[in-house]
Amino acid sequence: MTATTLDRPVRTQEKPSMLKTFLSRNGSMMPTFAAILILILLFAGAEAFLRGDFITPRNISALLLDNAYLLVLAVGMTFVILTGGIDLSVGSVMAFTGILGARMLAEGAPVAVTVPTMLLGGAAIGLLIGILVQYFGVQPFIASLAGLFLGRGLAYIVSLSSIKVEEPAILWLQSTRMSFGGWYITPTGIIALSAVAIAAFVLHLTRFGRTIYAVGGNEQSARLMGLKVGRVKIAAYTISGFCAGLAGLILTAYSGAGYPRNGIGTELDAIAAVVIGGTLLIGGRGYVLGSMVGVFVYGTIKTIISFMGAEQSWMQIIVGALLLLFIVVQRAIVARSDGRR
Amino acid sequence: MNAIMKSRLVWPASALILLILVNTIARPQFIKITVRDGELYGALIDILRNSAPLMLVALGMTIVIATRGIDLSVGAIMAVSGAVALTIIDGSGDPGNLATVLIAVVVALLVSLVLGAWNGLLVSVFGIQPIIATLVLMLAGRGVALLITGGFITTVNSEPFSFIATGYLVALPFAFLISIAAIVAISVIERRTALGVLTEAVGINPEASRLAGVRSRGIIWSAYAVSGVLAGLAGVVYASNIRAADANAAGLFIELYAILAVVLGGTSLNGGKFSLAGTVIGVLIIQTLESTILFLGVPSAQSPVFFAIVVVVVVVAQSSRLRSDLTKLFRRTGAAPAPAQDREKAEVAS
Amino acid sequence: MTEDNVVPPIVEMTGITIRFPGVLALDRVDFTLRPGEVHSLMGENGAGKSTLIKALTGVYAIDAGSIVVAGERKTFSTAADAQAAGISTVYQEVNLCTNLTVGENVMLGHEKRRGNAIDWKSTHRAATEHMEGLGLTIDPRSMLSSHSIAIQQLVAISRAMVLDAKVLILDEPTSSLDRGEVEQLFGVIRGLRDKGVAILFVSHFLDQVYEISDRITVLRNGALVGEYPIAELPRDALVTKMIGHELEDLAAIASSSHRVIDRSGTPVVRAEALGKRGVLEPADLDVYEGEVVGIAGLLGSGRTELVRLLYGADRPDSGTIEVHGEHAKVHQPRHAIEKRISFSSENRREEGVVADLTVAENIVLGMQARLGWLRKVPKKDQDAVVQEYIEALGVRPANPNALVGNLSGGNQQKVLLARWLATAPELLVLDEPTRGIDVGAKADIQRKVAELSAQGLSVIFISSELEEVLRLAQRVVVLRDRRKIGELDSSSTDLDGLIDYIANAGEGSAA
Repeated sequence: MTATTLDRPVRTQEKPSMLKTFLSRNGSMMPTFAAILILILLFAGAEAFLRGDFITPRNISALLLDNAYLLVLAVGMTFVILTGGIDLSVGSVMAFTGILGARMLAEGAPVAVTVPTMLLGGAAIGLLIGILVQYFGVQPFIASLAGLFLGRGLAYIVSLSSIKVEEPAILWLQSTRMSFGGWYITPTGIIALSAVAIAAFVLHLTRFGRTIYAVGGNEQSARLMGLKVGRVKIAAYTISGFCAGLAGLILTAYSGAGYPRNGIGTELDAIAAVVIGGTLLIGGRGYVLGSMVGVFVYGTIKTIISFMGAEQSWMQIIVGALLLLFIVVQRAIVARSDGRR
Repeated sequence: MNAIMKSRLVWPASALILLILVNTIARPQFIKITVRDGELYGALIDILRNSAPLMLVALGMTIVIATRGIDLSVGAIMAVSGAVALTIIDGSGDPGNLATVLIAVVVALLVSLVLGAWNGLLVSVFGIQPIIATLVLMLAGRGVALLITGGFITTVNSEPFSFIATGYLVALPFAFLISIAAIVAISVIERRTALGVLTEAVGINPEASRLAGVRSRGIIWSAYAVSGVLAGLAGVVYASNIRAADANAAGLFIELYAILAVVLGGTSLNGGKFSLAGTVIGVLIIQTLESTILFLGVPSAQSPVFFAIVVVVVVVAQSSRLRSDLTKLFRRTGAAPAPAQDREKAEVAS
Repeated sequence: MTEDNVVPPIVEMTGITIRFPGVLALDRVDFTLRPGEVHSLMGENGAGKSTLIKALTGVYAIDAGSIVVAGERKTFSTAADAQAAGISTVYQEVNLCTNLTVGENVMLGHEKRRGNAIDWKSTHRAATEHMEGLGLTIDPRSMLSSHSIAIQQLVAISRAMVLDAKVLILDEPTSSLDRGEVEQLFGVIRGLRDKGVAILFVSHFLDQVYEISDRITVLRNGALVGEYPIAELPRDALVTKMIGHELEDLAAIASSSHRVIDRSGTPVVRAEALGKRGVLEPADLDVYEGEVVGIAGLLGSGRTELVRLLYGADRPDSGTIEVHGEHAKVHQPRHAIEKRISFSSENRREEGVVADLTVAENIVLGMQARLGWLRKVPKKDQDAVVQEYIEALGVRPANPNALVGNLSGGNQQKVLLARWLATAPELLVLDEPTRGIDVGAKADIQRKVAELSAQGLSVIFISSELEEVLRLAQRVVVLRDRRKIGELDSSSTDLDGLIDYIANAGEGSAA
């Protein structure tokens, strides 16, 4: 036994260097920092390429407003992915709640009824997915696939074609511009930013939020630690569904209409934004602010492509390549932290 | 063995027969097959013909799922394959030339093989979760297809190319014959060689298979490659049917329908034992359901609701089995009697 | 002792019975735990230790019996229930969340809050206080994953203190710790014991059990053997109680061990200094033609680890392997199989049978893997091989198309044996082939091993049942605490001698 008796100082740490402390505390932030770096590089590159025409208050403001619905979807998706799940339904649920709202308003329902119905409709589909996942043990992929079909089909049942929204209260959300110098923001932008702020608060400063991380880190452990795993998982899908409902509201206000074909493939954009923002798809690691960065990276690429007049197809290829890059980076991080143990 | 296969196929087969019966009662002409110029026509023939792309994709998906994987990129591969084939035909001086069409199809299939192999590389060598690994190509693939077609919907007027989807050979639709050929080829490859049983072994118990000396890496890789080629062929059939390469619409949602077909056919998403016959029946159920929904006058856009219901019913029906697999994850583990396997697992783990 | 009896027990389990389908996992087991004692639960694998712990922690429901905690009768249905009653558990694989910080893991679910918002500053301060109470001074804001398993274990114990645990269950806490780390953990355990916490300790390391425990409860085959104060139970008595003696009519096989092996030539397989850090100290092993080498040692002694390294199931850090005197690269099981080495894992369900395949498919799997996917073993050959081994080994039901998952453990083991024999190995490694199977199947398997080795097959045979090892093997390699401590000639030793060797050899003084 003497051979293995190492006099390792396991108990105390000699004053570690600042960097080491930082790394030991914030290793999981690395992918998010990488996303921020990519965002800065994109900005700098576009600015240089377009000779100073890119970073203008107008463009940056537009970046938020054009992607407000995606930001809200990404916020909900972050909750689900943090638990180690996935939600494929958000694009079609957004379309469903959007067209539902437009139809209700066209039929004369008051805003005070319509908007809560949209939000609760989204949350209800999320709840259904959560129950399938938790109580029936259905894989999140398949359960949310059912949600995807359901949302899309319901959207077409509500209406096969687009419905214009005339309701001033809804249009107000998009048309009101609060300007500060060249900067401006609309209520939709404020809603999206509030969603990020509330989510950040919930995830980092409530027991519920921390349980989400614990479940994603190790569901078995979380259960053995006496945490309410089932409830938290169902809540995560319900939140994602609610966010999809909210995104439906924003998109309806943004486009001034409900359209059942909205959001086809948007769930993939939301997943890509969340992953690019540094959230690990295996769950337990990531930040909702990172998801916001991911959405901005996504939005910036889109803007640059349209500035350059390049084909939109590059968008999908670049996002796919970025996704691959981040998956590889994440695998390396996970492999390293596993290796350390 | 026969008894097991039979019992596994009883439910999907009776569902299919029930669907056909209901349709026949509602509209007797459903079952009618007419012969015109030595070619067969009728609702059932249409189902067989139209199911070809889904059939091809679902066959590949079955093999991938048997390895405990999933392939989300099949729709994107269809789009790329169609784009490649049509761009070659369109670019050639003589679109009606049989040789041109053959070259186009072969090149499209080779490209699909490469894409499938790429998925296999990510999964089997880099060890990335299948859902994520194939998501990359699912996202980027359509972009590649758009690039190939230059962002347009390339249309061609090529007699030999149209024949693939709409032509007839020995009284049967050529597309259906392609399905049959694929079913036979895959069955032979999987069941006449040892590939099928080794695939199942890897899917059921990867660690036991490794210790038994099975080359699981190569087997998983081959599954994705096969899935890629079949998706490519499906893309060709699809493009031939609409005589165009539509990078956005080609194979949209087909991965979801293919997964549904596999599950309907009795193959578990947890991998392992797979049934190609079950998948064939699953595809026919989906296609017949689609045709039924259309007949009912429901706009096809609304059909996803029916499929959502089917998915929920199927997964909830299967859940008692899934549940036992996941018992130890449930809160009241002790209350529900768990099968011995899980108990033993828990025993070993602690 | 008298003092102990004065203190009322904190946990009293009486007549605990748990049935799993087809198995009586616990049969009317009694167990008591008193405040301020370290109580070790001992038994070989499958004895029921884990099941008893899971009954106490609310993971399994009990079929009969009662659990009384601090004078109150309790029924636990979740881990949270048990924790609320003051029972906390620290498992071998540390059930914490490595993706969170140390402080969070300590406080999760009990964070200090101001209003509804978590006050991280005071949460971390509280975590630090709890950890310092155990002499652990680490940054609560550092990630748990950046610390060693030893530290993580202490963090888990700190968490138990947050929950104000009266009972602390430590399930194999030391299995991946080095000597210094074990000392530190023991310091913490003694501190808690002195504060009146009742500690249930499970370990396969005898030295550690004797170092830390006040009392020992021994289980065997799901039944209680007895409860003993540590001073009244010498090591060899403990080992005997754990292993037990099974009387079997296997006299015919006994002659196997007296066979004389010619060890003058080159061994079939020779491993030198085979080791892996934290798993096994470098050990030598050689096997000659027709020889059965037994490996004896308690669970966790490194016996399984040694053969897994030999087979390429795990990658060794050090050592070389020679087959017939020629250097062999064995990085993967495939490579070993090419060198005609076969290995049957102790973990039959997880690493042995492919449950949803048939008996025939499972038997042919090894041959087929060797041959590759393209060349399917012809149906005729398959049937012949399958039929031959079903008959030779007496697989029941003798139906090649039955799903292996539906067979009993003994028959599954026979199927595995058939799989490996069908590949015509020169060295067959059997890890616990007789564990958890009925007596008849045990005898069948031992008889077959004796018969095959007499025909020239080399075998490495691992079993917790030392009679089996002595009966079959000509030579016994003994391991303890992840180290090879020696080899015995089985003709010159008996069961008591072997038990004594396992328990005491290399300790300086024999008990």
